Amino acid sequence: MSATDIHDPNRRDFLYVATGMAAVVGAGAVAWPFIDQMRPDASTLALASVEVDVASLTPGMSLIVKWRGKPVVVRNRTEKEMKDGEAVNLSDLKDPIARNANLPADAPATDANRTTPGKEAWMVMVQVCTHLGCIPLGQEGDFGGWFCPCHGSQYDTAGRIRKGPAPENMAVPVFKFISDTKILIG
Amino acid sequence: MSEGHSTYTPKTGIERWFDARMPLPRMVYDSFIAYPVPRNLNYMWTFGGILAIMLVAQILTGIVLAMHYTSDTNLAFGSVEKIMRDVNSGWLLRYMHANGASFFFIAVYLHIFRGLYYGSYKAPRELLWILGCIIYLLMMATGFMGYVLPWGQMSFWGATVITGFFSAIPLVGNWIQQLLLGGFSVDDPTLNRFFALHYLLPFMIAGVVVLHVWALHVVGQSNPTGIEVKSKTDTVAFTPYATIKDAFGMIVFLFIFAYFIFFLPNYLGHPDNYIVANPLKTPAHIVPEWYFLPFYAILRAITFNIGPINSKLGGVLCMFGAIVMLFLVPWLDTSKVRSAVYRPWYKLFFWLFVADAILLGWLGSQPAEGGGLLTLLIGEFTGNYVGYAQAATLFYFAFFLIVLPVLGLIETPRRLPNSITEAVLEKNKGGSGHPAGATAAPETKG
Repeated sequence: MSATDIHDPNRRDFLYVATGMAAVVGAGAVAWPFIDQMRPDASTLALASVEVDVASLTPGMSLIVKWRGKPVVVRNRTEKEMKDGEAVNLSDLKDPIARNANLPADAPATDANRTTPGKEAWMVMVQVCTHLGCIPLGQEGDFGGWFCPCHGSQYDTAGRIRKGPAPENMAVPVFKFISDTKILIG
Repeated sequence: MSEGHSTYTPKTGIERWFDARMPLPRMVYDSFIAYPVPRNLNYMWTFGGILAIMLVAQILTGIVLAMHYTSDTNLAFGSVEKIMRDVNSGWLLRYMHANGASFFFIAVYLHIFRGLYYGSYKAPRELLWILGCIIYLLMMATGFMGYVLPWGQMSFWGATVITGFFSAIPLVGNWIQQLLLGGFSVDDPTLNRFFALHYLLPFMIAGVVVLHVWALHVVGQSNPTGIEVKSKTDTVAFTPYATIKDAFGMIVFLFIFAYFIFFLPNYLGHPDNYIVANPLKTPAHIVPEWYFLPFYAILRAITFNIGPINSKLGGVLCMFGAIVMLFLVPWLDTSKVRSAVYRPWYKLFFWLFVADAILLGWLGSQPAEGGGLLTLLIGEFTGNYVGYAQAATLFYFAFFLIVLPVLGLIETPRRLPNSITEAVLEKNKGGSGHPAGATAAPETKG
C-alpha cells in the first residue's frame, strides 16, 4: 500500500473508491427499509374524506368529527363571534397568514379568509393546537375562541393565535359545502 | 488507578484454569475487591451502585410485566388493569416498575448533582461524565416511552406533546414527526414501536453503563476533596470498605423505595393516567412525569419569537439546550480546583442552581399562566408562572454559560490540603467526631 505516493490515480485507486462507494450505497439500501417501515403505512394513508351533516347546528353550536385521527371542529359562529373576528386588526396577529388549505399559501388571516365565501358564520378547522398538538378547549380564554390547556395558547373566534407559545393559526382543512347542510372535509 | 499490576493470585485449580483462558475472576477481583478507592468517599458516592441495582430491578420487573402486557391501543389499558387486578403479584411488580422509574431518576439526579458539586467532570474524567450524560438521555427516552404504554390520558397526551417537539424542526419537522408516530397522530403504530423501543433501550443503557464503569476504572474515582490519589495511604480497598458503605446506602434507599411502593404507590404518578386515552379530549392540565418537569418549564417559558426562530422552535431548542449544557460542563468550568468544598463562591452558586432546578420543577407542574418576565418586573407577582419560569430559565443558562466560565477565572479558592490523607486527618483533629459517612477504620490508619 503506497497511499503517500503522488502518482496519477491508477487502477487500484479506482478500485478502492468504487468498492467504497458500493459499500456506502449498499449500506444505505439496506438501512432504508428499516427507516421506511416507520413511515405511515397504507392503511393510515388511506384517508377517506368525511361528510358531515350540519343541519342541526344553530348559531353558537359546534360539533367535532375525527379526520385523519385528528378532531376537526365545525362551528356555527354567533353574530358576536363573527363581529369580534372581523374587528381584529391584522397587525395585531401573531401569525398574519390565513393557514387555509382552500386559499393560496400567503393569503392574509382576515376573518373572511379563515372561512369560506358566503358561509362566513362557519368555522371548519383542525382543532389541534399548533404548538405541540393538544386539543384546545372551545369558547374559552381571553379572546372567546379557543384555549389550549397544555401550554396556555389562546386563539380568537376565527381560530387565530393571539397569545401563548403556539406559532401558527389553527389549520383550516380542505373542505366545501356540498349542499346547504352538508360539508365534505378532505 | 487500576492500571498497572494486578494483585490477584488464583488459589484453586479451577481459578488457575480460568485465569489462563478467560481471566474473568481476575477482572472481578481487580474491579470489585482489591480496587483502590479514595478513603474519604462520602455517602454521595453510593449512588452509582444504587443506580446499578435500580437498572437491574427495572429490567427484571419490566421483563415479567411484558409477559402480561398487550401493546394494542384497544387492549393496552385493559391489560395494565389486568396486571393490577388479576395477575398474581401483578400489582406489586407494576408498582415496583412505575415507582422504580421515579427512584431511578431520584438517584440519577443526586448522582449528577454530586458530580457538579465536587467537580467530578473535570479532566481526566470528561469522557466518564459524557457517558453518564448519554445514559441520562437514554433514561429519559426510556422513561417517556414507558409512560405511554399504559395508554391512559397522560400517556397519550404526553406522547402527543413530546413527539410534537419534532414538528418544530424547520423543513423536515413534519416528516420526522410522522416517522416517529407512524401516522398523523399518536395511534396504534406509535404504541407498538414505543413498546419495542422501551424494551430495547434499557439494554443499551446497560451497555453504556459498562463503558461508564470502564472509564471510571481507568481514571479512578473522584473524591470530596477533588485531589487526585497520590499514595497508597490515600486509598482503601473496595472490599470491604466501599462494598459495605454502598450496601448500607442501598438498603436505606430501598427502604424509602419500599415505603413508596407499599404506602404511596401512586403519589408520583398522575390520576388522569387511570382514564383510558381519548384522542378527542385533552386533559385540563397536561403534566409530564415529575422528572421531566424542569425541562417542561423551560419549554413553556419561551412564549416569544426570537428573530426568525418562532416561540415553538425556541422552546424546543432551549429545552434540548438545557441538556446540552450538561455535556459541555467539563469545558465550561474553567476552575483548576475541582471540589466546591474549596470554592466558596461556586458553592453558593451551586446551591442557587439546585434551588433553581427545583423551582423550575415546581413551575413545570403549574399552569402556563401570567404575563411573563416583563410584567414580573413591573410587579405582577401572583400567578405569573410564565414570568418566574422565564427568570429561572435565564438563571439556568447563566449558571452554565456565565457563572461556570467566569467564576473559575476570578474566584480565589481556599487552600487545598496536600493529600487526601492530610485532609482526612485534619478533619479528625478538629474534634468534630467522625465525619458523616466515613468508615471508622481507614481514618485512623496511615
